[in-house]
Amino acid sequence: MIDKIGIEQFMILSTLMFFIGVYGFLVRKNLITMLMSVELILNAVNINFVAFNKFYYPQNLQGHFFAMFVIAIAATEVAVAIAIIISLYRKIRTIDVEEVDEMKY
Amino acid sequence: MEVVLFYILAGMILIFSVLTVTSRRILRAAVYLLFVLIAAAGLFFVLQFEFLAAVQLTLYAGGIIVLIIFSIMLTSHVSEKLEAPGIKKTAFALIACAAGAIVTISTILNYDFPAYSGGNVDASMKAIGTSLLGYKENGFALPFEVISLLLLAAMLGAIIIAKRKEN
Repeated sequence: MIDKIGIEQFMILSTLMFFIGVYGFLVRKNLITMLMSVELILNAVNINFVAFNKFYYPQNLQGHFFAMFVIAIAATEVAVAIAIIISLYRKIRTIDVEEVDEMKY
Repeated sequence: MEVVLFYILAGMILIFSVLTVTSRRILRAAVYLLFVLIAAAGLFFVLQFEFLAAVQLTLYAGGIIVLIIFSIMLTSHVSEKLEAPGIKKTAFALIACAAGAIVTISTILNYDFPAYSGGNVDASMKAIGTSLLGYKENGFALPFEVISLLLLAAMLGAIIIAKRKEN
């Protein structure tokens, strides 16, 4: 059963996934790959919410709904970010973060 | 059974996450991300949150990944390779992430979590529906409405930003 796994394993898994996402966010230069790293981070948080809901608060569905709202916000974030990326590409023909400095000075 | 399944899914998540952030072909990175999201949905199935797993599969694996792949197709050549990050940058990012992960994991291992309470979660469609639209205790009617407004605003914003400017 599920109690043989233990909440520590879930938390270690989501910690590792979170920091892999942070690593990707730091080293990548392409805007779309940075967006994918953010998705990894959000998913790691979802796993934590759901595991806590299952292990300690089974009478309510609070963690479940938090994870659902995180998914909805991730969807809106991706939609707006991709709209920005496409309009940026149309304007300056690149999506490399080091070359996008239109509004810098 | 569940233990074996958990370890398989956790291994899948970790391996494909690393591949997502290190792969130099951008389309492959997107497909690896798809596998990560599917494995996370599998974890939700193991935890018996069937509805959340279905939402994860349709919205994340079905919607967001397709959107990302579309934007990859629109902005870069499929066969093009990303340039590798510099050694200095990789080293600093690795040190920062390893330090963060070590601090967090040591905190988790030292914290004395209470034992599993053993209750079963009622994640049936009926319970989810009553809770999502309830306005009494444990109801989520207000956040539900706010999220719907946010979705509408994001949809309008995305259309306006991506629209071709006429000049």
